[in-house]
Parts: sequence; C-alpha cells; structure tokens
Amino acid sequence: MDGLGIIKGLAVTARRFFGTFKEDILWWGKRYYTDKGIARRMSSDVQGIFTVQYPEERIPTPEEFRFIPFLIYEENENGERLDRCTSCGICAKVCPPQCIWIVRTNDPKTGRPVPEPAEFYIDVDICMNCGLCAEYCPFDAIKMDHDYELAVYERQTNNIFNKEKLSKPLSYYASIRPINYSREEQMRLAAEAAKAARLAGKSQSN
Amino acid sequence: MNTTTIVSIDHLLEIFPDDVRRDERSGYEGFIVKPDNLNKVVSDLRDKMGYDYLSSVTGVDYYPEPIMEVVYHLFRSTGGSALVIKTQTPRDKAIVPSLVPVYPGAELQEREVWDLMGIQFDGHPDLRRILMWEGFEGHPLRKDWREPYFEEDGKPFKSRWPEGKIWRSEDKNTYRKNIQFSPGFDPESWVPEGDAAIYAGLGVVEKRSSVSSVKTDQIIVNLGPQHPSTHGVFRMVVSLDGETIIGLRPVMGYLHRNHEKIGERNTYLQNMPYTDRLDYLSSMSNNFGYALAVEKLLGIKPPERAEYIRVIMAELTRICNHLFAIGALLNDLGAYFTPILYALEERELILDIFEATTGSRMMCNYFRFGGVARDLSGEIAGQIEKLVFDRLLGKIDELDLYLTKNEIIRARAEGVGVLTPEQAIALSTTGPVLRASGVPYDVRRADPYSIYDRFDFDVAVRYHGDVYDRYLIRMDEMRQSVRIIQQAIRDLPQGEIQEGKPQYQVRVPAGEAYGRVEGPKGELGFYVISNGKPNPWRYHVRAPSFINLTALETMCIDNKVADAVAILGSIDIVLGETDR
Repeated sequence: MDGLGIIKGLAVTARRFFGTFKEDILWWGKRYYTDKGIARRMSSDVQGIFTVQYPEERIPTPEEFRFIPFLIYEENENGERLDRCTSCGICAKVCPPQCIWIVRTNDPKTGRPVPEPAEFYIDVDICMNCGLCAEYCPFDAIKMDHDYELAVYERQTNNIFNKEKLSKPLSYYASIRPINYSREEQMRLAAEAAKAARLAGKSQSN
Repeated sequence: MNTTTIVSIDHLLEIFPDDVRRDERSGYEGFIVKPDNLNKVVSDLRDKMGYDYLSSVTGVDYYPEPIMEVVYHLFRSTGGSALVIKTQTPRDKAIVPSLVPVYPGAELQEREVWDLMGIQFDGHPDLRRILMWEGFEGHPLRKDWREPYFEEDGKPFKSRWPEGKIWRSEDKNTYRKNIQFSPGFDPESWVPEGDAAIYAGLGVVEKRSSVSSVKTDQIIVNLGPQHPSTHGVFRMVVSLDGETIIGLRPVMGYLHRNHEKIGERNTYLQNMPYTDRLDYLSSMSNNFGYALAVEKLLGIKPPERAEYIRVIMAELTRICNHLFAIGALLNDLGAYFTPILYALEERELILDIFEATTGSRMMCNYFRFGGVARDLSGEIAGQIEKLVFDRLLGKIDELDLYLTKNEIIRARAEGVGVLTPEQAIALSTTGPVLRASGVPYDVRRADPYSIYDRFDFDVAVRYHGDVYDRYLIRMDEMRQSVRIIQQAIRDLPQGEIQEGKPQYQVRVPAGEAYGRVEGPKGELGFYVISNGKPNPWRYHVRAPSFINLTALETMCIDNKVADAVAILGSIDIVLGETDR
C-alpha cells in the first residue's frame, strides 16, 4: 500500500486525456462534424474520446436498424398507389404486444374479402420495435423504418399511426435498405421466372 | 455426513417406496414426492447423493384440475444435469413444506411462489409477498386470475384482425380502475403494515448483543428505493448497530410487470423479444436460454453456423455486461464515472456490432427456435475479428492497470462482503458470485450446452469470496470470453442459419423443459411447459439477479453500512430481471 497503484492508474487517465488531444491534432480538426471523423470514432482503431455530439453529429444507422414499421406501396404508370399489403393478418398475429390492427376490405357486391387493407393502424406507444412483423410478412409489405426521432408533445392524438401515415413508397425502402431490397427483388424475379417456366411447361404438356 | 452412499437415483424409489414415484406424464421428467416427506427426501438427496445445489423453485397451476405443483431443479455443484423433484398439493388449500431448512437458497424463490401462485410454504421463516405489494388481491400466476387489461387467455387477440376497430387499453381501464384491491382495501387510508412486517423480519435486532464494547444505538435505515447505488428502484432495509450491519432485508418488485403472465399469454415466438427486457444489459443471453428451452421441447438443433454465431454473440454480451458491472461497481465505490465511461467505450463498439447484425443495440431479439434471425455478414465478422484480436485484450489490460492495484479500491473491497463456498452453494448463488467464492461451477463446463464443449477456455475461479474477488473474476471472465470468440470466429463455418423454414407459429409438443445458460450474471434458466397449444402453459424464468440477492444479507452482516453499497454492486443485479 505505497500509493504506486493509484499513480499508475492516474497515468492511464493522463494517457487517455492527452491521447484525445493527440488525435485532434493529427486529424487537423477533421475529427468532428465530418463523416470520416465519425467513422473513425466508431471503428476499433479509435484512440481518445469517442463521443458523438448528437444532434449536431449523427452516427449512421446500419441497414438492419429497426424502428417502428411502415407499409410499402408501389406506384403504377398512372401514379396510382398499389399497396403491397394483402391484409392477410400475419403481422397482426405475430406482433408480440398486439399493436397492429387491420381492417379488411370487403367487396361491396359480393361481400367477400379483397386482398387490400381498408385501414391499418399501429399504436406506436405500444410497438416494441421487435421487427417480427417485417420478418414474417410473406409479401415484403411491412418493413422496419430508420426514422427514430418520433417525439411528440401529445401522444393521445399523435401516436396511433393510420395507413396514410404508415405508407411509404418502395423507393424509400430501397434507399434505406439497399442490400435487403436487391436481395428481395432477385428472389421475387426468380420466383416469377420459375412460375412462368412452370406455366409454360404445363401449357406444353397440355 | 452419512456413510451410506446411494449409488443411483433409482434407489430413491426403493428407500421411499410410498413417498416417491416417477413422473410418468409424457414429456415430463423427474420424480413426484409426497409433500409430507419432502424434507426427508431432499435431505437425503443433498447429503447422500451430492445434490447440494437447489437451482430453481417454481409452481405450476394445473387449473381446471384441482392440483398445484411445486417444481424443484436440483444440481450437483460438481456438475451434471438436473434432477427434477416435484410435489403436488390441492389447489384450494395449497400448502407444501418449506425447503429453507435444507436449502437456505429457497427463501426468496419460495416467497415468489407464494406471492404469484398462492402456494404456502410451511416452515418458511418470512413468508410475505415479495414482488406484488401488500394490499394486492389474488395470486396473479394462477390460471383463473385475470389482469385488468384482460382480453383473451392467449394471443393473438381476435380483435386485431380482420375487424381491427382500434382502441387503447388505457381508455377502457382508466387511472384508478386499472388496479385490483382486496375487499375492504382503501388506498387512501391504508398504512403500509408491510413495513412493520419487514422490520419484524429483522428480528435479529433483539437477539444479537452489541458488536463492540462501545455503547451504540440500534437503528433501522432504509437504503432506497430511490438511491443512486441501487442500480434501479430497489430497497435495502438495514438494521444497524452503530455503523455495523446486523440485519438486512431486500425489498423489491417496484419494476414488477409479471413477465411470466405475459409470457403465458404470448405465443412461443412472441416471447422472444420480451426476454430481451429481462436483463436488458445482456439480451442475447436471455434469448439463448429461452431458445434452448423451447428447442428442447421441439427436439431440434440449430445448424452449425447458427451455433457459432450464437456463441459469439453470447460471449460478446458477457463482455458488455462485465464491463458495465465493473464500471458500476467502481461508481458505487466512489470512483465517480471515469472508470465506467472507460468501460462503456469498449461496450459501445460491441453494441455497434449488435446494432448492425440484429437491428438494435440492446433489445436484440436475435435468436429463433432452431437458428438466428439474420446472418452475420462478412463485414461484421471482420469487425468482430478486429475487436477480439487487436483491441479488447489490450483494453482489458488497461482497465486492469488502471484499477486493480489501486490502493483505495483494495482498501474498500478486500475482505468485504465475504461469502464462503459452503454459504455460496447453500444460498443458491450463481455465476461470478459463486465462482469468486471458490466454487468452479460454470454451466458452460458443468452441463455443456450448444457447442461450448468445443472451445478451449478456463473456468475463472477466485477463492476469497469478497468484493475484490468478485471484481477480479469479471476481469478473468472477459479474457476467457475473448478467447472463446477468437476460436469461434476463426472456425465460423459457412452454411444455413436456420433449421427448417422460419415459422411464426411453432407447434410445440406437450411436455416440460428447463433450458439454462451461463448468463453473465449467473445461471439463467427458463422452465417451459407446453400442453400442445400455441401458448406456453407455464413459463418461468430462473433469474440470477433475483436469486443471488438471497445471499445479500449473509454477505452484509458485520460489515459497515457504507459497504452494503459496494456489496450490492459486486453482486451485479439488473432490476429488470430481479423484478421481472
């Protein structure tokens, strides 16, 4: 108990303290408020302090990041919105806190269900961002968003998202999750090609 | 100890032909013991057969059958698989003998069973509610008990699809209507008699003579519920003689949400993200234990690549958790925030990996039955490799240099809060607390699961059982975890990550299963009973943070009140898991 342990420990603090300044000088002020600087502070090569000054600086969200689901719609040539959702209800059934509510559309003439949701609600106060809905959706119609800044002043009126608020274009999805998007597109094209081949085979045999 | 040694478990049936029978229900294991002779049987199991470690106590309600069952999982502290002992009691008059005289570690667990299931334990020294509050009506885990927000017995609820007329639960059950009181109970005029009972439970005040020759007063001090050192909302009622602790009662349940009831309403898969919220600092380990339990029932095994990814993630989680535990302990010792922030920097790099792989930093929800949710990309595998080969060991060494020999830490931590190996086993402690007391018991070695038998690593063990050793052992374990990850990332095979097709509605055959992992805080067990329906019939979590607290009083007695804070910090509890 001669105090050497404390002194050695303080040397660690000092090294870290000066290490930050050394990095700052080596980076010529580019360590902060630049994408490169942020990437550096997130890598395992980083020396010195690596705090990111949110909200002036933001760390990039990785592709898999998940926050509150959204619905994907595609647009046809006439600019009409086509929901990918068929209101099959798998997301509502798999949702752990049961925050998804779907109203199915019925054909006014026959009264039979049409594969398109009349209304789609998510109570975002209850949503736990687990991502199971997106994982098990067979139509790639519901996906997890990247927008995490959802604070509101009045939750009673703002936090039940309806279909209007939940719907986002396919291009948005492709922009936030490019790898997933291209993989799904490839699988979809492959499935369509297989289906076409099967149909062709059938018509030939007939 | 008795000299007659029972060689095999079957002899139990010969010795107690009238009291013990095999559990022959399909999918079940173990023995059913008549309650009258339970203490005799388990004493024999402990003394003659080496089942000295009571891991888990829980109850099962077989409503509408008029039976309640208490399930005990016994282990040998030298390793091996579980011996499951059950005892049955009528539902309307549920009383079984308490096992506290044989296994003191049953104390908090039996209180929990009484609180949530309404099974009384005859001979328990302090049978009070533990997680629910005193004026609460009923026992919520009984199958006929319904919560104020009750909709249906099992999810998915029919109202969600296809009608989907949205409403908020809180609008139907407004403030003050969302709670159930005992008849005649008025919250306005209620005086918490519970506190008097806590103080009475500290009865040691009268029994013990003054510790020193100086004349001192005996007083009771409440540390918490709101106290910076309690890591959450947790209360220690401490009885003091001068500054010396002569009695301590933990009071918990402030964060109780009845995780197990929610779990029994959920489907099997829906439970996975809820397990993240138990010990929210190490969600991957929670996923792991639950996945193992359900996979046991399903009789499936994940593919090789998934196994490796699971191990990598679980060990990264352990490093995260221990970094946090050490930092928080140093905070409790008064080294305010510099050590914890140094530790959190490394944790941050690991959390970035979790976020990129699973989509979330802490609520990972990554494991699936028979696999994992997403593949580990080559880029992230590279990041992990770089971290474990180039950075983490150096940083752990730096932390070591920074803290371990520090004279103030040693003065505060050495010889404080000592737990002997015998006490540690008897009190059912697990994880770093148990191993710091000189018991080299690690589930990864003692009862290997997943692919841990393939890796070369040492079970960290320290022998003094004090706060300092509980700090050191976490350092040791981090180094071992890095070693495991180094091997796993080197051998990581290519291939599938999911056995069979991913299903959102798994068909789980009827039966029971106990899956346990060596979580960062100790043995984390999940006891699941299936009756073949989409929702588990019984879902119980053996929470290490909760059960390790059984030893808190023993550790604290005869220490100074200021050390209680350090001792609590050295157990490393997370209230999300303690209170569930």
